[in-house]
Amino acid sequence: MSTTLPAARQSEGFDGRTDSAPGARVEFRGLRRAFGSTVALDGLDLTIEPGELVALLGPSGCGKTTALRVVAGFEQPDSGEVLVDGEDITRVPANRRDAGMVFQSYSLFPNLSARDNVAFGLRVRGVGAARRRERAAELLDLVGLPDHGDRYPHQMSGGQQQRVALARALALRPRVLLLDEPLSALDAKVRASLRDEIRRLQLSLGITTVFVTHDQEEALSMADRVAVLNAGRLEQCAAPAELYERPATPFVAEFVGTMNRLPGRITDSGLVEVAGARLPVDGPVPTATREVEVLVRPENVTATADPEGTATVVAASFFGAVTRLHLDLPGGTSVKADLPSRDAGELAPGARAAVGLTERPVLVVARSA
Amino acid sequence: MAAMTPTPAPATPDATPDTASGTTAPAAAAPAGPSVKARAPRRRPRPRVWRAAVFLLAGAYFLVPLVASFVFTVHVPGQGVSFEAYTQLLAADGFTESMLLSLGLAAATIALSLLLAVPALVAVRLGSPRLRPVVEVMCMLPLVVPPIALVTGITTVLRWGPEHLSRTPLYQTFLAVQDERFPVVLVLAYTVLALPFVYRSLDAGMRAVDVPTLVEAARSCGASWPYVVLRVLLPNLRASLAGAAFLTLALVLGEFTIASLLGFRPFAVWIVTISGAHARMSVAVSVLSLLITWLLLLVLSRAGTNPATVSSAPSTSPTSRKES
Repeated sequence: MSTTLPAARQSEGFDGRTDSAPGARVEFRGLRRAFGSTVALDGLDLTIEPGELVALLGPSGCGKTTALRVVAGFEQPDSGEVLVDGEDITRVPANRRDAGMVFQSYSLFPNLSARDNVAFGLRVRGVGAARRRERAAELLDLVGLPDHGDRYPHQMSGGQQQRVALARALALRPRVLLLDEPLSALDAKVRASLRDEIRRLQLSLGITTVFVTHDQEEALSMADRVAVLNAGRLEQCAAPAELYERPATPFVAEFVGTMNRLPGRITDSGLVEVAGARLPVDGPVPTATREVEVLVRPENVTATADPEGTATVVAASFFGAVTRLHLDLPGGTSVKADLPSRDAGELAPGARAAVGLTERPVLVVARSA
Repeated sequence: MAAMTPTPAPATPDATPDTASGTTAPAAAAPAGPSVKARAPRRRPRPRVWRAAVFLLAGAYFLVPLVASFVFTVHVPGQGVSFEAYTQLLAADGFTESMLLSLGLAAATIALSLLLAVPALVAVRLGSPRLRPVVEVMCMLPLVVPPIALVTGITTVLRWGPEHLSRTPLYQTFLAVQDERFPVVLVLAYTVLALPFVYRSLDAGMRAVDVPTLVEAARSCGASWPYVVLRVLLPNLRASLAGAAFLTLALVLGEFTIASLLGFRPFAVWIVTISGAHARMSVAVSVLSLLITWLLLLVLSRAGTNPATVSSAPSTSPTSRKES
């Protein structure tokens, strides 16, 4: 197990690579980390391919930030290892890992201008003043702040500070870029804009990127693959569309997007009977019981205005192109249905509606008592 | 549920609310009408008179003794105004020596207290935040220990050891720290006295900056630990370091009890010593020492000003802070 990277390798990080060089392969192997009785990582295995952007997504305390900090070298795992291009870096100090990081809080050095912040790592590596200045200008230009070199952090907005932090992280041409919820402190509009900018940069530089977020929208819209973590374990790592359409576990199904739980029954033919309809089952079928709960996405529930319908619209939430209806069904079941807003005009709260399901495979879980 | 029937699968909506809510939700805030402004409560008139009175009273409290002292030093009954007390100062026996000794003690105390406190507080902040209350209590203890008790303790310790230990390094050390030319024992005692002020100043500075994130940001940029402390933390703690030095300087220049009882003669002790024989000169020295202290504090406060917060960088208009 290596402990440090050779000094020559360190200098190669800046001088030897070009901006378009492919990123490194990052592997988590059986990572385990506990804080007292709290297990943050419980045998995490994950491989991130070169040039890939993988989002670590999960609820608070699932271990996503701990996993990122283990890669950065700010946390030591109790067991397991982290490999970058096949090289074990688990015990390599944080300052020798060749990984750029952008933090959630604005982490710029308050006493340095934007230019000096970007050039900080170059100065640490002993790069000459002229080359530092040139590289800082190049990166500030890359993040869209060519005229902000002389400004200090307190003279910039949050979005501008995070752009400078991104430029600083990229200045040394790291093998891996680590993003620890870099957008969560920004307002919605800036967040959306910077999200696109980060993705554009990541694609153009081809740098392997690990992105921690609790925001599904960010994860699904930016990442090549999304790794959903739960209680320190990997539930599923898949492309956003696959994660949404074909969740591997009930946890992923319910965590990513919105899910209805409807009572159903497994028939002899292996179909699930739910609300009078018979639908194919996707994934494992509980063997202990036939009484199940069927997981259905709101967009797979249809609702039409019908004075004779058995459902009642309780609330309607307008989201632009889509309107989400909250409906009460006989028997005390509630269901959410997403309709194109142009079709939801007659379904105001209090209206009666006929509700149906689209015919597609569904996930089922054993019904809890 | 009887009404629910399977229907052919329609195309999935372009954007589900889960993934579109952040960007497609309409702006719903209604603009506030002019009536809101009309209904705003009237501001109460500011109590300018009272503020001026309090300001004048406080100013008088500080200035009257100073002016009285100054008048006493320059007004000689029967002779009118004379600056003789000030002109004789430099030639006065012990003035320069005691002043230089006090400044040297102050510099050493500042250096020692910062060398002790900065690494300790950084370590607590980064490594063991739970120890912070313990460190705080320990640092605050000198506030509740009277100087006379401290002197008694120091004297007792310095008298330890029977004669047969006189050739040991311990005994020699005890003698060395009591060297009249530069009594290190005073530096040690003053460091203890200054600890509460140094701690408070540094703690406030460390609360003002996100120390763990700055350290991690610097480490991820390749900085070693010494580089992080010297080039990242200290520059960002500049104001609080200056504040700590500021308070320590004031404390050392004015400290009398410990130095006097231990038999040393720094500036404060020298002033008291000459006050019996040269009353006018001793008051002149006090006024002068006050001015010197103010001057040094001014220098320290200027040194603690962060260049990032002064107008050396181009100013930013409110509009330029908005995202483009």
